[in-house]
Amino acid sequence: MKKNTKINVKDLNLWYGEKQALHNLDVKLYENKITALIGPSGCGKSTFLRCLNRMNDLVDSAKIEGNVIIDGKNIYDKDVDEVSVRKRVGMVFQQPNPFPKSIYENIAYAPLKHGIVKKGSECDDLVEESLHGAGIWDEVKDSLKEPATGLSGGQQQRICIARTIAVKPDIILMDEPTSALDPISTEKIEALMLELKKKYTIVTVTHNMQQAARIADMTAFFHLGKLIEYDETETIFVNPKEKKTEDYITGRFG
Amino acid sequence: MSKEMNPFYDPSLKKRHLKDKLFKYFTISSLSISLIFLAIFLGDMIIKGSSAIQQTYIQVEVSYNEKSKKSYRKAVERKYINLLSRAALREIPMKMKNNPSLMGTKKLVWMLADDQVDMYMKEYYYKIKSRDLKTLKALIGDSRVEKKFNTIFFTHGDSKTPEYSGILSAMVGTILTLIVAMAVAFPIGVATAVYLEEFSSHGKWSQFLEVNINNLAAIPSILFGLLGLAIFINLFGFPRSSALVGGLTLALMTLPIIVVSSRAALRSVPASIRQAGYGLGLTKVQVVKDHVLPLAFPGIMTGSIIGLAQAMGETAPLIIVGMIAFIPDSPSSIMDAATVMPAQIFTWAGMPERAYIERTAAGILVLLTVLISLNALAVILRKKFEVKW
Amino acid sequence: MQTFETKNRNRHIQEDMIKYALILAATISILTTFGILFSILFEAIEFFKLKSFVYFFTGTEWSPGTVDSKFGALPIFAGTFIITLIAMSVALPIGLGSAIFMSEYATKTQRTILKPLLEVLAGIPTVVYGFFAAITVAPFIVNVCNSIGLEASFNSALASGVVMGIMIIPVISSLSDDVITAVPDSLRKGSLALGMTKSETIKDVVIPSAMPGIISAALLGISKALGETMIVVMAAGLRPNLSWNILEDMTTVTVRIVDSLVGDQAFNSPATLSAFALGLALFVVTLTLNIVSVRMIQKFKEKYKMSSL
Ligand SMILES: Nc1ncnc2c1ncn2[C@@H]1O[C@H](COP(=O)(O)OP(=O)(O)OP(=O)(O)O)[C@@H](O)[C@H]1O
Ligand SMILES: [Mg+2]
Repeated sequence: MKKNTKINVKDLNLWYGEKQALHNLDVKLYENKITALIGPSGCGKSTFLRCLNRMNDLVDSAKIEGNVIIDGKNIYDKDVDEVSVRKRVGMVFQQPNPFPKSIYENIAYAPLKHGIVKKGSECDDLVEESLHGAGIWDEVKDSLKEPATGLSGGQQQRICIARTIAVKPDIILMDEPTSALDPISTEKIEALMLELKKKYTIVTVTHNMQQAARIADMTAFFHLGKLIEYDETETIFVNPKEKKTEDYITGRFG
Repeated sequence: MSKEMNPFYDPSLKKRHLKDKLFKYFTISSLSISLIFLAIFLGDMIIKGSSAIQQTYIQVEVSYNEKSKKSYRKAVERKYINLLSRAALREIPMKMKNNPSLMGTKKLVWMLADDQVDMYMKEYYYKIKSRDLKTLKALIGDSRVEKKFNTIFFTHGDSKTPEYSGILSAMVGTILTLIVAMAVAFPIGVATAVYLEEFSSHGKWSQFLEVNINNLAAIPSILFGLLGLAIFINLFGFPRSSALVGGLTLALMTLPIIVVSSRAALRSVPASIRQAGYGLGLTKVQVVKDHVLPLAFPGIMTGSIIGLAQAMGETAPLIIVGMIAFIPDSPSSIMDAATVMPAQIFTWAGMPERAYIERTAAGILVLLTVLISLNALAVILRKKFEVKW
Repeated sequence: MQTFETKNRNRHIQEDMIKYALILAATISILTTFGILFSILFEAIEFFKLKSFVYFFTGTEWSPGTVDSKFGALPIFAGTFIITLIAMSVALPIGLGSAIFMSEYATKTQRTILKPLLEVLAGIPTVVYGFFAAITVAPFIVNVCNSIGLEASFNSALASGVVMGIMIIPVISSLSDDVITAVPDSLRKGSLALGMTKSETIKDVVIPSAMPGIISAALLGISKALGETMIVVMAAGLRPNLSWNILEDMTTVTVRIVDSLVGDQAFNSPATLSAFALGLALFVVTLTLNIVSVRMIQKFKEKYKMSSL
């Protein structure tokens, strides 16, 4: 497997107040690959994910040390603007969270603000392209003016993905994007992720081992805020080096 | 690292961050304006009202004899007449009647000064004839003019002479009115809440009741005055200006507050308490009376105190039912004509004499102190009895 | 067995009586509403028997004291409208701004200090605001205007409008604060994760989501302004004045109600009865505003599936 490092995490530590939630993480995440983060609840997967687009800045108690280098630049450097980081590193959440606006406005909102497109046909094109990209164009093309909150959970999640790719990020972070969805919607999102990785680098959290095995190229296993094992997915699932990883994957704990 | 090497460098963000800051400043300044206003407002009242703590007195010789018993003007030297409070002078004959041993004596007495003299002493705008001013200055030179603690303000009722007016009758009126209001609103309000929470079937009827109570809370207070006037005075024939009519009117206004807070208090009593009661074979009435109500009581009290504080500050409806009459003596029953604190403030605020302004502001300070204490009491009650189930 | 049964029956009667007493108490609140409605309505009908209904709403001359008294309330409505407008243009931005600061920017400790302080503003009796408006604000406005060559009345609409606005700030801010806080955090995160700044998130996502609640707060504020009496009685004018100049004196519905009922007029004179006609107009408008406001807040609650606010 040919691997280009997109995100290089070096010696990352994070504390929530007194409590350390991430310990000395060193990991390279690769371009145009899906990396799955797995591990028992509370092991720090979401926390780690939020470190990659500086969403932890929003948590007052969070204190971060270490480097997250994206395209050769540490995003925690003083001269880096967290807003521009989030433009380049999009995020999809566990619960679909479309804005209480129309489908069109949901997609067009950020690109218009960022000045990626101008109002009018240019914007219309981007909305269509993004909805296509999220595999939901056919379902909503006739109801762009309808509120996005009226859609089904799976559709809402794809709207959220479309909203994210409309900003044209390099990296998309997904925190258990399918855990709130039914199996059919899950299948659609998984197919979409495989499609999206051609253009984007994807980091996803999942509790579903099969899902990780199905879609991820790389898998990282976390336990108690530490990265226990990180390797190609096949290796992790077929031939894990650590006893803990094996125990977790085979369902003996977690 | 130079900007060119920073892949996250984005010049377009500069403007957006600026807007971000400006917006934050907008919200901070909004709040600051509210608070600055509060400060200006309280400061203004304290500045205007604090001088009313003291009142000017002049030491003069009062002669108690047959002449002065007939006409108080004869009791002091003529040149002092205009400097002294007419209302205080008028009391001299009365004093002699009550105390016959005074007859034939002369005494140096600190007499209450006229309001214009008081204004002069407090360095406000004053109107004193030049001849009187000369006399006054001479008195000041002899240290026979002094500012003393203003007991009159707290021990007298309203008066046509500002220096002799106080808040006592309005205070008594407020207390009587509030007693009527709470005696009516509290039981009815709590009973309504108990009915809605514990007994009603939550059907159309109770929904209607709920909407109605909500609307009642939003009706402008002055319209309650119209109700009081049309029903209590014109229809029932209760005496105009009385604490009874004022209290009933305020009771109706306070009702929604008590209902809403009592319902919240009842609702916060967990269902397990009720089930335990039923489990012991108690009837619904017994469960509510003996188990639910006692637990909800602190919450009900908190709401009632807040309702009481609101009723205490209410003016408009009371004006409509005539509670702005001139009341020099405290009312002795709820049927007597009475006035209340806010109405007294309103009346004084409309007086032309400068001396009433400090009294108005001082009245406001007294009222605010009582209101803030009441609200603080409500907060303390809530904190103290806040039970975590 | 006999005694057992009678005892039971007694208890039943007692329980029923208590229940009926409770129902009776609950009925009082309804009686009050209808009492207000009918007492105003009947007197208003008396008024309209004497004076024209149409002229009342369209006429521009209000001269109750004269022999050929005229009751055209348009200038009174206009004055009420303008003072309400001034009040809302003070209260809405400041109230909303304060609410946004408290819900989005303030730390927990700041919040616990600031919230009660704003509530103090809400607890000040309106007669006190009125005194402040008449004694401090109105002369201040006159002085400022004089110094820049404008002429202002001591009973200017501006003075009472501004002070009324300050009085309404806590109405707007506390309700808006509640609804803004109730907007789910996931929406904020969603927007921030798209690279939006905090203020953009607030303006474009949070506020629009809270909009029904904010509108509801504004309507409540308007209703309060329309019904506010003491501030205008003390600081606004008595003269019905159809003008856009906010430095002139204007009068309001509530001022005219108080004016026509204070003093010793014959109860059945049209001058006295006009108070009830004005009261009826006030009642209908404020009730409508309140009903709409409650609807809006219900819509908001349903949207975010909140049980209580
Ligand atoms: N905002 C926060 N403040 C304080 N502690 C937090 C915060 N967020 C997470 N934590 C703590 O940090 C640890 C890691 O949490 P995190 O949410 O990253 O776990 P997770 O692996 O995503 O779990 P899950 O699978 O349940 O989502 C947990 O112990 C959690 O309690
Ligand atoms: Mg998580």
